[in-house]
Amino acid sequence: MGMTITEKIFAAHSGLEKVEPGELITCDVDIALGNDITAPLAIKAFEQAGADQVFDKERVALVPDHFAPNKDIASATQAKIMRRFAKDKGIRNYFEVGRMGIEHALLPEKGLTLPGDIIIGADSHTCTYGALGAFSTGIGSTDLAATMITGKIWFKTPETMKFVFNGRKKNRWITGKDLILYTIGKIGVSGALYRAMEFTGPMIDDATMDDRFALANMAVEAGAKNGIMKADDKTIRFIKSQESQPTREWTIYESDDDARYHSVHEYDGDDIELQVAFPHLPENTRPVGEAKDIRLDQVVVGSCTNGRYADLEVVAGLLKGNKVADGLRMIIIPATQLIYKQAMKNGLLDIFIDAGAAVSTPTCGPCLGGHMGILAEGEKCLATTNRNFVGRMGHPGSEVYLASPAVAAASAVTGVITDPEDVAGE
Amino acid sequence: MKISGKTWKFGDNIDTDVIIPARYLNTIDPKELASHCMEDADPAFANNVGQGDIIVGGANFGCGSSREHAPIAIKAAGVSCVVAEYFARIFYRNSFNMGLPIMECPDAAREADTGDTLSVDLATGVIVNETKGKTYQAGAVPPFMQELIDAGGLMAYTVKNAAG
Ligand code: SF4
Repeated sequence: MGMTITEKIFAAHSGLEKVEPGELITCDVDIALGNDITAPLAIKAFEQAGADQVFDKERVALVPDHFAPNKDIASATQAKIMRRFAKDKGIRNYFEVGRMGIEHALLPEKGLTLPGDIIIGADSHTCTYGALGAFSTGIGSTDLAATMITGKIWFKTPETMKFVFNGRKKNRWITGKDLILYTIGKIGVSGALYRAMEFTGPMIDDATMDDRFALANMAVEAGAKNGIMKADDKTIRFIKSQESQPTREWTIYESDDDARYHSVHEYDGDDIELQVAFPHLPENTRPVGEAKDIRLDQVVVGSCTNGRYADLEVVAGLLKGNKVADGLRMIIIPATQLIYKQAMKNGLLDIFIDAGAAVSTPTCGPCLGGHMGILAEGEKCLATTNRNFVGRMGHPGSEVYLASPAVAAASAVTGVITDPEDVAGE
Repeated sequence: MKISGKTWKFGDNIDTDVIIPARYLNTIDPKELASHCMEDADPAFANNVGQGDIIVGGANFGCGSSREHAPIAIKAAGVSCVVAEYFARIFYRNSFNMGLPIMECPDAAREADTGDTLSVDLATGVIVNETKGKTYQAGAVPPFMQELIDAGGLMAYTVKNAAG
C-alpha cells in the first residue's frame, strides 16, 4: 500500500519508514509561526514552563499583522510582548510593521515555507502553505509554546480526501477562490473534519500560484487538518523568483498511485461557476447569478486568501475608468509591503484611488473585525476574505458575503453583487 | 472526576468568533475574555452562566480560528465541561492542551435543552441528563489525550518529557 503526500511528509519528519492514518506520531517542525493575537498566550506558556531559549532562532516566525499597526492600547501591549520576546530570544524572523504583511502571504515571500516542510502556526489559515506541497496546519498557542521549546509536535496521521478538478475553467474570471468555495459548498464546513484535502487534476495544474494559495488557504473552512497539492515547476519558479531565497533544502513529495484515500471527489470545470458564499457560513455557496442585486454597503479586497498581487491586478482591471458606486465603501488591502510596492509601481494604486477606493498598509484588519472597516448593525459587505460567521467583520447584526476579487471589484462598481462579465462588457 | 451542572444549549457550527469575538482579542486576561463569552450567540450568557454550568453544542463546535482565547473564555466563565455532537479539530486539541473537559456525544447533545441538569463522568464517559432521566455513553477519550490530561495539560507533559 502506497502513501499520500501528507503521509510521506509525516514519515520523513518522524523518522519512520511508513505511517498510516490514525497513527500518532511526533514530528520535527520546520517552521513555527505566531501572530500578535496568539503569540502572547504562547509566550506566557513558554515562560511559565521555565523555558529559556527557542529550539531554533531561524525556525520561529512572529508576525504582528492582526491588530497591527496597533489599533488601540491593549493591542499595542500585546504587540509589545511579542516584540520583546523576539528580541530577547534572538528570533530572526520577526517582521515589524513597515516590513510585515499578512503572515500567510509574507512567509512564502521570505523563502520560509518550502515543499515537503512541516509548518505549524497558531493561526488556523496556516494551511495556506499546502499550496507549496508542504504539510501545514493551524494549532493553538499552547501547542506553539511547546513547539518553540522542543521543535516537535504530535499529530494523529489524518486520512486523505482527494479532490480532482477535471477540465478547464469555464471563463476567465474563475479563480482558486471559486474552486474552494465550490468544494466547501459541496462537502460542508465539517466535510473534511480532521482529514487532509489533496487537490489534483488539470485545473490545479493550470492554476497560478496565487490561485493555489487561495485554494489551500480555505481548507480549514471545510474542517480539514491541511490542504495540499504536489509541488511542480510552477512552485519551484515561484520560490526562485522571490526576493528572499531559502536557506534550506526542500523535497518534493508525490502521492503513490496505490495510496489509500478516505474518498475521491471529482469535479468538472464546466460545473463550477463564480461562487458567492452567503452569510453566515462559507458552505452557503451559490453561483453569482443567484446572488445578483444584493445591495452592499462595503467591499473589502484583501486577507491571506485574496490580497496577493494577481488579485489586485484583476481588481484594477475592472476598476479602471470606473467609480466605486455611491453609498458604498471600498477598502483594498495589499497583503504585504512587497505587493503594496509592486501595486504602486505598476499604477494599480492610482487606479484604486481614482476609482474612490481606500487603500491601506498591510493588515488583517477588517477580515476578523479588528479595525479598518468594521461593519455597523444591518450592513452588508462582500469580501475576498475567508469567513462570514456572525459578527466576523463587526456588529453581530451585519452580514458578510465571500467571493473572488473579480466579483468584489464588479460589485464595488455597481453597488450590488455583480458578475464581473457585466462590468467588463460595458 | 464527576461534573454536574446546568445546561446551556447552542446550535451547530458554533464558531470561535461567536465564542469570543475577535474585537475582544486585544487582551489575554481570562476574566476579561470570560465577560464576552458567547456574546454574539447570547449576549446575556456571560452574566447568567453559573459556576460549574455545562455548555451543550451541536455539530462542529468550535470551528473557525485557532484562538485559544475560546477555551480560555469558556473556562474562565465558570463552565465545567462542553458536550457536543462533535468538535472542530483545533478547538478539540486546544481544549485538551488547556485542560478544559470536553465530551463528544451526539445523542446527549441533541436531546438536552437549556436548563436541564447534566452530570458527566469524565473517566467513564457516562453522561446522565437528570432532568430527562436519560443516560448516555460518550466516545472514549483517546489514550494519548488521557495522558495529556493526567500530566496536567500539554505544557506539563512537555516539561516532564524534556526533563526525562
Ligand atoms: S487575513 Fe484574516 S484569515 Fe487571514 S490571518 Fe488575517 S485574520 Fe486570519
